[in-house]
Amino acid sequence: MRELLVGTKKGLFVLEGEPGAPFDITARAFAGEPVEYAMRDPRTHRVLASVTSAFYGPKLFYADDPSGEWEQAEGIALPDDGKQALERIWTIVAGEADGTLYAGGDPGVLFESRDGGASWQLNSGLWEHPTRPSWNAGGGGLCLHSIVPWPGDPARLAVAISAAGVWLTDDGGKTWSRGNQGLVPRYLPDDAPPEEEIALCVHRIHRAPGRPERMFLQFHGGVYRSDDAGATWTDIGAGLPSDFGFPLAIDPADPDCAYVIPLTADMDRVTPGARVRVYETRDAGASWTPRGDGLPSENAYLTVLREAFDWTGEGEALELYFGATSGDVFGSADAGASWSVPATRLPPVLSVAAGRGP
Amino acid sequence: MPLVCLRQPLKRLAGDRSEHAVEGATVVELLQELERAQPATGGWILDERGHIRRHINVFVNGERGGEDTAVAGEDRVDVLPAISGGA
Repeated sequence: MRELLVGTKKGLFVLEGEPGAPFDITARAFAGEPVEYAMRDPRTHRVLASVTSAFYGPKLFYADDPSGEWEQAEGIALPDDGKQALERIWTIVAGEADGTLYAGGDPGVLFESRDGGASWQLNSGLWEHPTRPSWNAGGGGLCLHSIVPWPGDPARLAVAISAAGVWLTDDGGKTWSRGNQGLVPRYLPDDAPPEEEIALCVHRIHRAPGRPERMFLQFHGGVYRSDDAGATWTDIGAGLPSDFGFPLAIDPADPDCAYVIPLTADMDRVTPGARVRVYETRDAGASWTPRGDGLPSENAYLTVLREAFDWTGEGEALELYFGATSGDVFGSADAGASWSVPATRLPPVLSVAAGRGP
Repeated sequence: MPLVCLRQPLKRLAGDRSEHAVEGATVVELLQELERAQPATGGWILDERGHIRRHINVFVNGERGGEDTAVAGEDRVDVLPAISGGA
């Protein structure tokens, strides 16, 4: 049995089913409220959900059973100094240390929990970074949307902020350095100031767990690979119908593998050619292969958001799942070779987290 | 003492009571006092800057009020979600 936690504009949907077949909706929580992201911690089986009420602001909740009672987590707030307010929690990620979780949000903030998500503390190293006054927000706000632990080493972490670029720490978040060398912001003039002063609109990053120095990055125009833990980046977007897009996935078994779902362009954020295609590389970005068997091939103008693409398993057993703002959820049980539709006619999908359930 | 009146989900957070008599000379002082008396409401009406959230309206004795609206005596302050646009 597979479990998909689907965050939508109108609540959290829990889908359960077998790969290749329609899934059942087994729970809906936070009806009517935008659920930006939800995930199940594989260590504790606790489900955590980020809810951004238009009225009551961003909150983080947790539950052992998503169809039961939810508790509000403590500490998800900015310092009470009268300057800024938390706008949204974009993502939640399990850390390497026992009980540790990370949450990223707007305005470019990282929270850490050491008790499985019940209470949280703001990462002060990033919050008080001296360059923060120069950070630029992207269209979705100053969102910290990607958090990438280093397997086996809790001290090392990478995060990405739109549009403040990639940030790296190797001391558990006490200090942070930029990891943006090689990224080319084509949306800025050629004579723009150096990287410390410009807006680097990173859309998504992931790390290859079997070779942790290998990372993939979807940029605001450009797909990149790093072989030195995010210090420098090489453009690998050639061969894609468009190198604009948001989501990114990997195969944990193959450090040369990544998947992207291109959109036409920043000024036309729908699937190119009116058809839906996932593009796969198995040679670290030297070439890309379209994977669309079972996906809509005509009259399909879909938008897939950055948190709405996830995977479970690896290698030949890799399963991929993504949702669109059309309310459709697509899934593949054979590493992208063929696709089915686990769910359709949901509210606009903001996020998808795939797993094997409790 | 002024009365702050809540509806769900704020009522549930405030001990499942809709009416709360609290001290304060302005609307925002009442809401701050409400947070102190009912900590679970913290962050739901006022943000970290101490401002009333953008899509929450307050009415003082039936008329639209703001953070600095003066209150006294038996004034009634209703806290309501705004009729904000969008689907």
